[in-house]
Amino acid sequence: MLWRKPLLIFALISLLGIFLAFAVNDYIQILFLYIVVNSLLALGLNLVNGFTGQFSLGHAGFMAVGAYFAAYASLHWGFLQDGWKALEMILFSLGGGLVAAVFGFIVGQPSLRLKGDYLAIVTLGFGEIIRVILLNIQSLGGAIGISGIAPFPEIHFSTFTINRFLVSFFICMTWGLICFVTLWRLKYSLHGKAFLSIREDEIAAESVGVPTTKLKVRAFVISSFFAGVAGALFAHLTSIITPSSFSFADKSVSSIIMVVLGGMGSLTGSILAAIFVTVLPELLRDLQNLLGIDIRMILFSATLILVMIFRPQGLLGEREIPDFINHFWKKYVRRAS
Amino acid sequence: MQDVLQHLINGISYGSIYALIALGYTMVYGILQMINFAHAEVYMMGSYASFYAAKWLGIENSPGLSTLAILLLTSMISCSILSLAIERFAYRPLRKAPKINSLITAIGVSLLLQFLAQLFFGAQPRAFPTVLENQTLWTFGEVALKTSDVTVFGVSILAMLGLHYLIYHTKTGQAMRAVSANPTSASLMGINVNRTIAATFVVGSSLAGVGSVLVGMRYPKIDPLMGMMIGLKAFVAAVLGGIGSTMGAVLGGLIMGVSEEFVAGYLSSTLRDAIAFGLLIGILLLKPTGLFGRATSEKV
Repeated sequence: MLWRKPLLIFALISLLGIFLAFAVNDYIQILFLYIVVNSLLALGLNLVNGFTGQFSLGHAGFMAVGAYFAAYASLHWGFLQDGWKALEMILFSLGGGLVAAVFGFIVGQPSLRLKGDYLAIVTLGFGEIIRVILLNIQSLGGAIGISGIAPFPEIHFSTFTINRFLVSFFICMTWGLICFVTLWRLKYSLHGKAFLSIREDEIAAESVGVPTTKLKVRAFVISSFFAGVAGALFAHLTSIITPSSFSFADKSVSSIIMVVLGGMGSLTGSILAAIFVTVLPELLRDLQNLLGIDIRMILFSATLILVMIFRPQGLLGEREIPDFINHFWKKYVRRAS
Repeated sequence: MQDVLQHLINGISYGSIYALIALGYTMVYGILQMINFAHAEVYMMGSYASFYAAKWLGIENSPGLSTLAILLLTSMISCSILSLAIERFAYRPLRKAPKINSLITAIGVSLLLQFLAQLFFGAQPRAFPTVLENQTLWTFGEVALKTSDVTVFGVSILAMLGLHYLIYHTKTGQAMRAVSANPTSASLMGINVNRTIAATFVVGSSLAGVGSVLVGMRYPKIDPLMGMMIGLKAFVAAVLGGIGSTMGAVLGGLIMGVSEEFVAGYLSSTLRDAIAFGLLIGILLLKPTGLFGRATSEKV
């Protein structure tokens, strides 16, 4: 299996990065980085909504926490220069993730005792509360937010330079990989089975000794950690963040679309859906300028309804892309030989 | 003392609107065990319907009881049609699906209506037609009792009495109660479950329609996002009273309106919207069944 050869993966990713750095224009490069950030968000949320079956609507709040932490830290606590700033940014994005995880714990501890609809409403409430609090903290810019956040730096060696895109690419990709591998390993481990058991039947899980609330909180914390990291990367990519960049209708809904469309419980599905959610608005930009209205959200909400009616398990259901490849291989290729 | 009385009047008048909208949430929850997130948007659409109806009939600036009646009727009818369509095309196909699916669909419908309204009606706020001339009926020191307060309270009480009659003294109401108790055995007794659920949606959304005209009368400004906040507060009111109980929704709405008014008056007006979330989180953590809700344990 490809997954068992880390060096090969590293080589492939480097090749992809170099290809993107020199073969395509800035626009596609930045789009690719946003896809990675959105994947990070979707993968994290999939752990809560997909694996554990708890419905959280407040993910934008945790993303905001991570973004604000990273932005504030890199503006005020920076201690490294030039190319070393990249290292500092990795450190601060880790910090943003950890702070978001702490928030996730504080929010999750009481609210995860609730079920279904109530949980959805309460997490929505907490997400909005975080946004309103940010709106009212003057040292974080209030409604204006934080601007002038440093983008990822270029790294100069004696003779050559690693350009800005490659640095951003490697930082984002590293986080994306960490997230993906963590969740992938989790999905196929005993812990992952415990998460799944809560989704399938909470009462049965409880009766065989799965500590349901504890595991739900754990899933919530891990997921808000990745949301925080995604927020931190987002802050560096956009260089300006305001409380309204993390509103319910924008970030929380698009992350739910990614999970639902890709398939609840499917990691590669989430990535596919992240590509869809990031690229679609760009394709519709001309139409949007013509109508002068945010047509993206109309399409997203319509997608949400249609997917639920016609294919409630999402694109891939619970399966992953390798499963499909194996299936195809067994059914057609091997039989033919 | 006069302050307190004035806040009480405002609070009850606003609270009775919350109660009307909360009734829609609680009725649908009672019968389908799902939170109809789109209810707030049905309410928003109702106010746009009466806005356009008033424009079309040319009664924007002719306040009076007939205007009130016409607008109430248009709003109720258009809300009913809209929610029938939502029930038929979005919720009915998912009735047997896991609860989380209908929850996601409800959120989808709510967002879709919000953004469609922005597309068709424009995102900028509009002025709601003047429904009644706002006169001061009675003063006591600085306390003023205005026409709008009396009308809001009177119309809400009438609507609630009508609902009470419908639920407890008609065949349809009996069918609703039966389906809410157990859909399968209700259908075995010859009750048309689909029709009863549709009737519930119609009744709930007509109440939202009434609410939309009453709110338009007090705060004559409408925009596509107006449903979100009031819907959320009405939902909190429904949960506070115990979701599924009509009596609870009315009481919850009144408590919500009065407490909001007092917080805004005595503490800080920026906390006005925060109290809804605060109350909600508080109730759900301390007494998730609400004031009148019955605790049911899940059967395996």
